[in-house]
Amino acid sequence: MRCAEALARSGVTPIVVDEAERPGGQVYRQPPAASEPASSAMYGFEAKKAEAIHRAIDAARGRIDYRPRTLVWNVFGQRLDLLTPDGPRQQPFDRLVLATGAMDRVLPFPGWTLPGVFTLGGAQIALKAQGVAIGRRVALVGAGPLLPLVAHQYAKSGIEVVAVLDATVFGAKLARFSGLCASAATLAKGLWYVARNRLRGLDVRYGIGSLRVEGEHRVEALAWRDASGEERRVACDAVGASFGLRAEAQLADLAGCRFAFAADARQWLPERTLQGRSSVAGVYLAGDCARIGGADVAELQGRRTALAVLEDLGRPVDRRELASLDRALARQARFRGALDAAYPFPAHLVDAIADDEIVCRCEGITAAALRRAAREHGASELNRVKALTRIGMGRCQGRVCGEVAAELLARACGSELERVGRLRGQPPVKPIPIVAGAP
Amino acid sequence: MSERLQVDVTIIGGGIAGCAAAVALRHAGLTVVVLEKDLCGAGASGVNFGGVRQQGRDLAELPLARRARPLWDELDEKLGEDVEFEATGHLKLARSDADMAQLERYAEDAAAHGLRLQLLGAGTLRSAAPWIGPGVVGASLCAEDGQANPRRVGPAFARLARRLGADVREHETVLSAAHGGSGFETRTDRLDVHSRFLVNCAGVGAGRIAAGFGEDVPLRPLVPNMIVTEPLPFFIDRSIGVCGGGVYLRQIARGNAILGGGAGWGDAECNRSRPQTTTTLDAMAGAIALVPALAGSLVIRTWAGIDGAMPDHIPVLGFSATTPNLVHAFGFSGHGFQLGPVVGEIIAELVTEGRSSSPLAPFAIERFAGATTPEKATVDIDP
Repeated sequence: MRCAEALARSGVTPIVVDEAERPGGQVYRQPPAASEPASSAMYGFEAKKAEAIHRAIDAARGRIDYRPRTLVWNVFGQRLDLLTPDGPRQQPFDRLVLATGAMDRVLPFPGWTLPGVFTLGGAQIALKAQGVAIGRRVALVGAGPLLPLVAHQYAKSGIEVVAVLDATVFGAKLARFSGLCASAATLAKGLWYVARNRLRGLDVRYGIGSLRVEGEHRVEALAWRDASGEERRVACDAVGASFGLRAEAQLADLAGCRFAFAADARQWLPERTLQGRSSVAGVYLAGDCARIGGADVAELQGRRTALAVLEDLGRPVDRRELASLDRALARQARFRGALDAAYPFPAHLVDAIADDEIVCRCEGITAAALRRAAREHGASELNRVKALTRIGMGRCQGRVCGEVAAELLARACGSELERVGRLRGQPPVKPIPIVAGAP
Repeated sequence: MSERLQVDVTIIGGGIAGCAAAVALRHAGLTVVVLEKDLCGAGASGVNFGGVRQQGRDLAELPLARRARPLWDELDEKLGEDVEFEATGHLKLARSDADMAQLERYAEDAAAHGLRLQLLGAGTLRSAAPWIGPGVVGASLCAEDGQANPRRVGPAFARLARRLGADVREHETVLSAAHGGSGFETRTDRLDVHSRFLVNCAGVGAGRIAAGFGEDVPLRPLVPNMIVTEPLPFFIDRSIGVCGGGVYLRQIARGNAILGGGAGWGDAECNRSRPQTTTTLDAMAGAIALVPALAGSLVIRTWAGIDGAMPDHIPVLGFSATTPNLVHAFGFSGHGFQLGPVVGEIIAELVTEGRSSSPLAPFAIERFAGATTPEKATVDIDP
């Protein structure tokens, strides 16, 4: 939205295609228009920012062609394939800014497919968009900065939060303290959430060794091994669990953008210049879709990308604004690097995935099936494992299981994660219905 | 410095035909190298519809399809893997009386080849398959036809070939193949293979190989455009085709409906293909006309792949006209999946005996020598 707003301000009328009903994205998601407005509590410290961005969008409405409830399910050449409320449509473009964001990184653990287990992002969206919680007694598990925030939001909404478990160790956060100071305000907010959670008696447990959701037909309890190796258990009726974020880069893939392996993110990501340009002329990448940076970075990048688009269109840009954005982005990059290091990938949870664990829940494929494909069929590349086992072939098309499948395959083959590749993007990026009449 | 190999037979193309040929040749005791540019079975062999169909084929192809059919019954056992073959039957639907008359004529012709087809009028068809749409006036049923999982067959043949001692090389693009004084020299950027025989089953890439031996063939890329839905309650218990082509569809036991029809986008030179949205939407509309209950089902994936097609829609299969000991097997024109296992056997017969027990005259490469072949009017790639 910041990109669209900046373009609109410069006299370019962008088309904004949004899956949601109202603008704001995931972080500043608004409840449906007919329902109660989101209380400022829902956005925590970000209430002012949420309000600012919602106001900015409203102000720019007349100069932005906003298309809500519209899915972009394919990009091919200079054309988008859309699923609109009126059915499939096509939209030609001459410049394309992809700001497709991120989603939770999911790791399987015993019980992860039981009803009542959500991702942290899902738990948060339920609260922000619908004003409902995932349960009455909720346990939260994470490996990223979303964990203390969701814990805070849930507790503040009066939900009983019975456990907050961080799969990463506290020491990693102390070690990165100086880097985190690069964004003192964000660090302070993070510390405040942690401190507030503590005051409420919500003690965050760090360095969780393993976890397991118990229950026959739905969540009844969460059991885990704490850092000292002791088994613990708490009764609950819902679990929010995810382990950091992953970029949603399928449209960038279909647009033909070149990808590179990002060792720290443990993901193949579309290449992006500091100005927001992809490897394909006329295609730009803003926000988390090319690298997780968070909401503040996304705002800066959106504005920066708009300037790149304007430059490429031969329009005048404000050099001072450009320089100040570049400085702000550089500062944020230092903070983000430290934040990533403070929340390292919980590799031990992947190592612990047992043979009988379902990895791909759409198709019901177990870790054993994947390991067998690697062992008996010599499959060492992710798309071949997909062809042989159906992993990543279901409804989610590998958005949920793709990365963990890559992690497991790399371990099974004894090769580097980079070497097993990534799932090729195939349209539609999300399911579309079979309809009778092409428009 | 290239690795030098010396074998009896070099096979260019690790599709089903190439890998099945490697298996048969190993059984005959010959040494074999398979050179596959990508992964075995990842080309047209792996991305097709998965139809194991005899009915509707060109009559020249029927003897091959008849001979191939029993091989499918034994395939799991032979390969040691489940390729998900099921003799679900294949229904070819008629949307007009003219279509129905065409099906009747075809049934008579097929009977001469020992293929029994059942003609179903509208009433019989509706009671057998009440989910068929209102525009359909009748059908021809081939009960022994069926479907299998194309993603599994090619790789399974490749693994069997390896177990039998064939040297199967993946990610090996052939840069040149030529006949020297004492045999064939086939080069990739890592290998230099010397062999007595050369088999050209390189799919859409086979035209280039043939041209290298002075045989220019009008091989063109054909790009099937495929669609799969999320799992639905099982109800489409036959594989479905339609007179005049257009759309074909099937449903697998776990519930996904697979439908195809029309052409995707493809660039054979750089081995890239993609589904085309207009084709996808047309196929959706066509599928709903045949099976109305599919309306509203969610499509979870679409894909395309590149096959090689001949102007007359039957393959080139047999010895080269210019070069002794060179065998061609390509141009299956979008319906080679069912034939793959038998083509492997035929290639091995040609190599070991110099002849095949199947009638190959219609597939001779000479038919393209000089003269331009008339194009077949209708393109029916229901595989």
